[in-house]
Amino acid sequence: MTPSLLHQVLDYANRADPYPIYEELRKTPIHHEADGPYVISTYYEIRSLLHDPRISSDARNLSSTTHDPLAEGAQGEGALPPSFLRLDPPEHDRLRRMTNRPFGPPHSPRRVDGMRQELHGIVSGLIDDIGDPGRIDLVDQFSYPFPVTVICRLLGVPREDEARFHTWADTIAAGLDPDPDADPAERGKVSQEARMQLGMYLAGLVEERRKNPGEDMLSELATATGEDGAMTTMELLSTAALLLIAGHETTVNLVTNGMLTLLRNPDVLERLRADPRLAVPIVEELLRFEPPVQLVPQRTTLTDIEVRGVTIPKGASLWLVLASGNRDPQRFEDPDRFDPDRRDIQHLGLGSGIHSCFGAPLARLEAQFALSELARRLENPRLLEDPPPYRQNAVLRGPRHLSIACDGIRP
Amino acid sequence: MLGDGYLEQLKREGRIVVVGASLAGLRAAETLRSEGFAGSLTIIGDEPHEPYDRPPLSKQVLLGRAGADRTALPRLRSVDATWRLGVPATGLDRAARRVRLADGDEVPYDRLLIATGVRARPWPRAAEAELDGVFVLRTRDDSAALARRLDAGPQRVLVIGAGFTGSEIASACRERGLPVTVAERGAAPLVGALGGVVGAVAAELQRQHGVDLRCGVMVTALEGDTSGRVRVAHLSDGSTVEADVVIVSLGAIRNTEWLSGSGLGAGPRGIACDAGCRAFDIRGIVTDDIYAAGDVARSPHALFSYQFLSLEHWGNAVSQARIAAHNMLSESTDRLPHMEVPAFWSAQFGVNIKSVGVPSLGTEILISQGSLQDQRFVGVYGYQGRVIGAVAFDQAKWLPFYQELIETTASFPPPFDTVDRRPDGQRPIDADFPDPSVPTHGPTVTLSGYSPADRRMTFTPAH
Ligand SMILES: Cc1cc2nc3c(=O)[nH]c(=O)nc-3n(C[C@H](O)[C@H](O)[C@H](O)COP(=O)(O)OP(=O)(O)OC[C@H]3O[C@@H](n4cnc5c(N)ncnc54)[C@H](O)[C@@H]3O)c2cc1C
Repeated sequence: MTPSLLHQVLDYANRADPYPIYEELRKTPIHHEADGPYVISTYYEIRSLLHDPRISSDARNLSSTTHDPLAEGAQGEGALPPSFLRLDPPEHDRLRRMTNRPFGPPHSPRRVDGMRQELHGIVSGLIDDIGDPGRIDLVDQFSYPFPVTVICRLLGVPREDEARFHTWADTIAAGLDPDPDADPAERGKVSQEARMQLGMYLAGLVEERRKNPGEDMLSELATATGEDGAMTTMELLSTAALLLIAGHETTVNLVTNGMLTLLRNPDVLERLRADPRLAVPIVEELLRFEPPVQLVPQRTTLTDIEVRGVTIPKGASLWLVLASGNRDPQRFEDPDRFDPDRRDIQHLGLGSGIHSCFGAPLARLEAQFALSELARRLENPRLLEDPPPYRQNAVLRGPRHLSIACDGIRP
Repeated sequence: MLGDGYLEQLKREGRIVVVGASLAGLRAAETLRSEGFAGSLTIIGDEPHEPYDRPPLSKQVLLGRAGADRTALPRLRSVDATWRLGVPATGLDRAARRVRLADGDEVPYDRLLIATGVRARPWPRAAEAELDGVFVLRTRDDSAALARRLDAGPQRVLVIGAGFTGSEIASACRERGLPVTVAERGAAPLVGALGGVVGAVAAELQRQHGVDLRCGVMVTALEGDTSGRVRVAHLSDGSTVEADVVIVSLGAIRNTEWLSGSGLGAGPRGIACDAGCRAFDIRGIVTDDIYAAGDVARSPHALFSYQFLSLEHWGNAVSQARIAAHNMLSESTDRLPHMEVPAFWSAQFGVNIKSVGVPSLGTEILISQGSLQDQRFVGVYGYQGRVIGAVAFDQAKWLPFYQELIETTASFPPPFDTVDRRPDGQRPIDADFPDPSVPTHGPTVTLSGYSPADRRMTFTPAH
């Protein structure tokens, strides 16, 4: 018997190229197997569900017969409360609004833009330190340390502690992978344990910042007094954990997928070398073509809803396959072509609606800096292994390593 | 003449004239070029400036965050046009296909687009309107002059009319810390556009931000001092307001006077056109060479019972301009109708307000998400059992969903549960729109079709 489509989506064997499976999925835009989730794979349906107020992000609304691997254990004693990513309005709106105060407009319009100099410095430093140009692991040497350094600076988390939170972050990120063969309860426990450890680590920092506030976001969040008042300590820890993890687990994939795609499209890489401004449309097209978050497996219906003639019952689990919607030929012409000159590019790579990527302005800027500098400085770069080995994760999809070589590093 | 090849010839060497050098005019010109029009293009505008954007004029510019001279509209492509700026069009000779200009010139056309928009309704008594310190806000120059006066730190600002523009002005003044009085003839701000239920929230917002809001009153007279500076306003309730800056924000008048005598179906309600933006003549016959777009146009909308709608909405100006330009260069079978769902936004007192559909057509409202008390909510408007509009206060990201409900003529009240549905959002209530025969500051959507009950039309057969 051929394995079900859902299994094929999650099957590691298809990680390097999941797109043919997505194409298969789109033949049944609302795909449902036995007691599995409803998998939505077409652009217009995904987009409208992302704006649909009958859809909840709160795992507590799942019916008891539907299990959500990502929510297991969330109710445990002393556990961190769900972050705003897993909450509905009004709690979601309040926490996101408060988190946004020190991050973006209207209160902090210059936070992200003000990091340009710093981003440039970090990128240059990492490229300077590459060493042997004949054997580079782009992930270990560049695309992982870059966003980690950035998010640490932004939040005010000591970079030296990276080794400590790396393992927790890894475990939490792995917990986002809806691997059907793993025991959900066991995985939930492991990932909740890691969240708690991370929370305890962050609690120490928050306490310090309260006494000794700096310019960083953690300080501002810890000492905030806006119209919404202050977050509770538990809310603050949960928010900080979310920012820390989402702040690098996604960007590392965006940058690595980006370089991989450019190396597969040398003409575009050449154009980028000649004109760094091309980084802007390249990153947008990348977010469509190889989005770092492939699917959103965390939604449920508050009521029976009808989508394309299919009634999805109340409390059902929905998976919105963003990466598939981004390659829907009903929406994008020649969707499997990587084309930075595309004009009409309203992709789903950063989601849409109230949960659209909080860090988007920063992620875009990071990726633009990273790719344009790599293009400028690496001399005649090439892939040593294609496809590269991928991470296990089907949700946060990206290479675990990317072996490349070049003739030298330009100053 | 309209035989094979005419359109090709028009595209190659035709003459297209656009009257109105603002948002709709510019976007139409760009579309003409990107659809392959290679002939001569003339853009006529009575303002001396290149096309600029108006929404910032009552927001960022008044706050001093952007200079009025920094609002030029981004050019999406080169339009390679002959610009006749600073000269109004004064007449239209349809038989000779010529536009007459104030400087005596005439410009011939094969296709004409009218995008002359609206202008601010002035204070009705001319002598009082001329007092120093009395302003309207429609143009870049208006906004620059007003911003300068606000910089000088007036003692008190009086805003007459609490529609969107008036409310935005009041908001900007408060953000600058200036004392503000708002006088509104209706029961609350924004009632004409959004009804009394939402208007009450707008009123609460204004008061919380320190606006001295007076509703249900009219300003009856403005009075100046000996040097001709405005000093005091008299209100219909017998009270007075001392103010050295007065902004008259009483809605808009459509710029159609220059078309009188042309035989075009143009009047105070705008220029009647079909869903493809082709203008009608006064006999109700569609022209094939004259188009209208933007605030000046009124056209039937399929989603709203083919009522003629006049919309003072930025997005509408853009989309009608594109449709008009496309249709000018298209065979009848390739023409596109303008069917976009109306959408409008505003920013005031720290709140982002956005509406879709035509709330003012609705009779009932249901608060489907959030709550009026929190000043964060989505309100859905119902009309005869269907969803006709929606408004969001700081909840705009949900509106695409409600737009879909409007587009699919979904039933009202919406029967389903939503996130953040509160107990008071379980039942619809009267949306509380004022009697349409009582004028308010002027909503930004006007139903300008004649209803069968409308007795004001007189039928005079020509023969
Ligand atoms: C202060 C302000 C704030 C606004 N804020 C918002 C908002 O937040 N959201 C929103 O959706 N909309 C907003 N609007 C409305 C929006 O700006 C208009 O819908 C849009 O400008 C309409 O464009 P238009 O080209 O049709 O008309 P206009 O912009 O009015 O342009 C018409 C042009 O034609 C010129 N003209 C008139 N008569 C003649 C003639 N005889 N000869 C030559 N030229 C002539 C006029 O001077 C003008 O330059 C706002 C408007 C104002 C004034």
